[in-house]
Amino acid sequence: MGKALEMKGITKGFPGVIANDDVWLEAEKGQILAIVGENGAGKSTLMSILYGHYQPDQGEIFINGKKELIDSPKRAIELGIGMVFQHFMLVPTLSVYENIILGLEPVRGLAIDRQEAIEKCDEVVKQYGLDIDVTQKVGELPLGIQQRVEIIKALYRKAEILILDEPTAVLTPKETQELFTTMKELTNQGKTIIFITHKLDEVMAVSDRITVLRKGKTVGTVKKTETSKEELAQIMVGRKVVLRVDKKDKDPGETVVVVKQLCVEGKRRSGELKNLSFEIRRGEILGIAGIEGNGQTELLEVLTGLKKPKSGSVEVCGSTVSGKTPREIRERKIIHIPEDRHKRGLILNFTVQENLIAGIHYKKRFATRHGFLKDAAVSSNADELIQRFDIRGGGKQVSAGSLSGGNQQKIIIAREFNQEHEFLIASQPTRGVDVGAIEFIHQKILESRENGKAVLLISADLNEVMSLSDRIAVLFEGEFAGVIEAKDATEMKLGLMMSGVGGSLEGEGGGRNVTDS
Amino acid sequence: MSQIAKKFEGVLTAATSVMMALLIGSIVLLVSGINPIAAYKALMFGAFGNLRNLFDTLGRATPIIFTGLAIGFAFRGGMFNIGAEGQLAAGALCAAIVGYALKVPMIIHLPVSIMAGMAGGMAWAAIPAVLRAKKGVHEVISTIMMNYVAIHLGGFMIEKLRTNEMPQTPDVLPTARLLKVSEISQAIKNTNLNLGFVIAVVCAVVLFIVINKTVFGYELRAMGFSPLAAEDAGISINKKIITVMLLSGMLAGLAGTERVLGVHRTYLSGISTNYGFEGIAVALLAKNNPVGIIFSAILFGALSSGGQYMSFETNASVDIVGIIQGLIILFAAISQAGEFMNFKRLFQSGKTTLPKAGEENVKGGK
Amino acid sequence: METFLVSFTFIIMSAIRIQTPLTIGALGGMFSEKSGVVNIAIEGLMLTGAFMAVVVSYVTGNAFFGVLGGVAAGTALSFVHALVSIRYKGNQTISGTAINILAASMTVYLMRLIFKTEGITPPVTKLPAWGIGNFSFNPVVYLSFLLVPVSWFVIYKTRFGLHIRAVGEHPQAADTMGIKVEKVRYLAVMISGALSGLAGSYLSLGDGDTFQRNMTSGRGFMALAVLIIGKWHPISIFIAAFLFALADAFQISIATVINIPNQITAMIPYVVTLIVLAGLIGKSVAPAAVGKPYNKGER
Repeated sequence: MGKALEMKGITKGFPGVIANDDVWLEAEKGQILAIVGENGAGKSTLMSILYGHYQPDQGEIFINGKKELIDSPKRAIELGIGMVFQHFMLVPTLSVYENIILGLEPVRGLAIDRQEAIEKCDEVVKQYGLDIDVTQKVGELPLGIQQRVEIIKALYRKAEILILDEPTAVLTPKETQELFTTMKELTNQGKTIIFITHKLDEVMAVSDRITVLRKGKTVGTVKKTETSKEELAQIMVGRKVVLRVDKKDKDPGETVVVVKQLCVEGKRRSGELKNLSFEIRRGEILGIAGIEGNGQTELLEVLTGLKKPKSGSVEVCGSTVSGKTPREIRERKIIHIPEDRHKRGLILNFTVQENLIAGIHYKKRFATRHGFLKDAAVSSNADELIQRFDIRGGGKQVSAGSLSGGNQQKIIIAREFNQEHEFLIASQPTRGVDVGAIEFIHQKILESRENGKAVLLISADLNEVMSLSDRIAVLFEGEFAGVIEAKDATEMKLGLMMSGVGGSLEGEGGGRNVTDS
Repeated sequence: MSQIAKKFEGVLTAATSVMMALLIGSIVLLVSGINPIAAYKALMFGAFGNLRNLFDTLGRATPIIFTGLAIGFAFRGGMFNIGAEGQLAAGALCAAIVGYALKVPMIIHLPVSIMAGMAGGMAWAAIPAVLRAKKGVHEVISTIMMNYVAIHLGGFMIEKLRTNEMPQTPDVLPTARLLKVSEISQAIKNTNLNLGFVIAVVCAVVLFIVINKTVFGYELRAMGFSPLAAEDAGISINKKIITVMLLSGMLAGLAGTERVLGVHRTYLSGISTNYGFEGIAVALLAKNNPVGIIFSAILFGALSSGGQYMSFETNASVDIVGIIQGLIILFAAISQAGEFMNFKRLFQSGKTTLPKAGEENVKGGK
Repeated sequence: METFLVSFTFIIMSAIRIQTPLTIGALGGMFSEKSGVVNIAIEGLMLTGAFMAVVVSYVTGNAFFGVLGGVAAGTALSFVHALVSIRYKGNQTISGTAINILAASMTVYLMRLIFKTEGITPPVTKLPAWGIGNFSFNPVVYLSFLLVPVSWFVIYKTRFGLHIRAVGEHPQAADTMGIKVEKVRYLAVMISGALSGLAGSYLSLGDGDTFQRNMTSGRGFMALAVLIIGKWHPISIFIAAFLFALADAFQISIATVINIPNQITAMIPYVVTLIVLAGLIGKSVAPAAVGKPYNKGER
């Protein structure tokens, strides 16, 4: 059908990093090209170049066989390139149609022609079967619908090449299927789609060809029909990847954590916890799966003392914990890995050394009775933890913000595991972390389990949840859509529960109980 | 960047801001038909030329050290205390009243009067503090409103308490006065340098220790950098906000105390003018470092003292100093943001430890 | 009864005058903040506008040119704030404070230079009063009423207004749609400078006929409070400004009638502001990206 896009010899460097190193890429018209690679492989930079956000240091770009210079997003749009970002580029206080026409507004006299704008948007919506009310405010729409708005934005500007950057990160399995259907429909109408992801299942499901990036270089291009998930994983990482974790059989002891009828206000309706109940025993990992935004944040906040529940209780080792302050909770031997290390987990402007005592900085170990910090103790603590947990990036005196994501996460892990604990809460512990650190972090979590602690694992990564947990509960709109033993879990079962379909094995209706069977 | 390099870079940035401001100031002078070199020479002499001038500089620096500390301290905790002027006035008023109303020996009178000033400043900061902690009202607006209320309240109290046709409160008794240099030395007259200067320097040093060496300081800085992460680490944000604002108000109250007990020995209208904003400039220039604030306050004191002398000796009017001060703040704001006159790069050690491709890049990370 | 009616009308008329600089200043602040740039320099911009208006009126003998001069001065000075905040990404609150300090000193400096005084300038040609009998106000007052619907139209109905709103809430999104974030912000800040300058011109040429040092005495900050209480929306801004003006007019009137010292009544507007702010916040939401310099690399 002809090559819609060719990128030849693209090289792009930043201070200290070569993000793209002689990358070659081509996509045929009417096809879906998947670009896969780990975090940091250079996918986002490459697409930013294609979208005119950056200029390559070397290399050329051809659109439909003609060499083009893409020096701004405006130019990229003119050339028919439309980008759907992973973090939506939508203004939440504006309506759908206002977001769509932004920059291309039809006018009548001095004012924007609202009528025409809405009509034009509706046209596009109908043509591609995307079913949306364009007058709604974007901020009020569910994430799956917001993504559709992003796609319509690109189509409104007559995009012929659509770039989708990690589109399924915030979608339920059902919404993901709908997205794939839309993608097929678009290619049927002659559009070319470039689909960036690190999820190999999806690659195998929907793409025609696949280009693999590793450490900034192109390491291979294959047809979907001629490869497999395992082969792709190997090319991505450069070595054989173990996709499952070794775990001893569970031997749980007494019940440590009791959550009863927890009701918590949510940031959105979907985050509101409704009569949640569960228990966790010693030596057991309860995994909570689910798409982000279904109450995980709220649950974490209540368990760590950042929020008070509307009603219900949380008891750990016999004493009530709900409604207590974060400091009191930590004093009761409950440690946690927060879901957003930049927002909650680390003080980025503090040094590594200072971050390693955050939360326990006032204790006798690090502070005198009169409130003075013991510099020597703080320093030697940092030395020890950096060594034990292999934290790399410049030593204890550099600011935490300058470390890589994996090492930042290690700071948090080192700090938390340095405290005696009975209950560990790990939320999205390996998000944005490279493979080497992931293995390390998983190991530490399992260690807690081996040592007879109770562990709550909250994660949007199904593989992680399935391989680490003993039992798995799926959160959907603030309630448990189902609870099963890990050994009985399959991606399909969990996927259905994550989209609200399917029942639990114990009881139905509201207030599902997650207790050990 | 090592700690020493950081300090040096800070000083370099501050010095450059001052240079740029003086440069633009000289252009303004030129345009008004005044020889900038003669003017600046007079400025320098007026600031440091002889012992009397030097003392005058230090005397003028004293209240700004206090307000600079007040603002810098609050800013380390992430808060903008633009209300130093009102807190100063409130502290001054309280010190003035206790200073004349109590009839007790100096050993009691002086400390109690000082404490009254501290309490006045604290009380004035309490309302914005609570509004911020409980209602999320931004302290910029609430403190500015309190400034105006303070000025009017002061005027009212003057009317209520004055004993003669002078628009001021009754004189502070000798038992509550901070000793002035001009009261002990025959040679040095016409300066206001008093014991308050010593108190200011002591406060600065104490604050430095508190911010950098104590648990309280650790929590303060954490809150200033990342309130959410600090909360997660068990630091009680609301309590801290109030504590910090109260302490900040206390320091500003001390500025007013010094003005009343050390300089004017009464409360009069206009006693607080400009010290609030100069405190902002001084704190900014010193990057909110207490010890640095001593020096940047002395710089502003020098500008003030030198400016006065300059206006006697040359045709330059004293307002050029205010213009230079405003320019210093602008340049300091620019250079600290790092886009222009960025000296940080000069000081970074040879190999920057940035991630390689394949590792997680902080900016692109999630 | 008659005296009541007379004083009532008097209060309303005073309020109409008093609200003028508040409304205009707050509308200016709205443009700037809606685009994402904090502007606490309204006070200094007003002061500069007031001064330049007098200078131009003095030189040309025409008050209308004077107003234009005030507007131009406000625009020019606001450009400095825009430069520091947008191009150099300096802290916007600090930049605004610097502008206030600069304006206070600069106006006195120039006053000495041009008029050879340092407290108050000689009287100049002031703006005429238009209207019928007692209901007459200078043109800027009428302009303040007009600016409310005009601002509303610009912000909510035009392309430029849509761009401003987008840039203030989610600059990255606007950037990816090809909108020049910095250009929009520069324009918005300069509009706020123009309007602040206009408000200042009202004070020196409309209310009186001279410039005095520090004559704005906090009205720029009151405008800021009005902006916040008015939730960054033209109509609510006007209502808030008018309510404050009423409080102020009331305070001036009763000071003569009831025996409360005028310093106490002078406090009323500020205390009222505090009380309203205390009751209000939690529902007052600033534009999401306000105060943060836009960095292209950030996503």
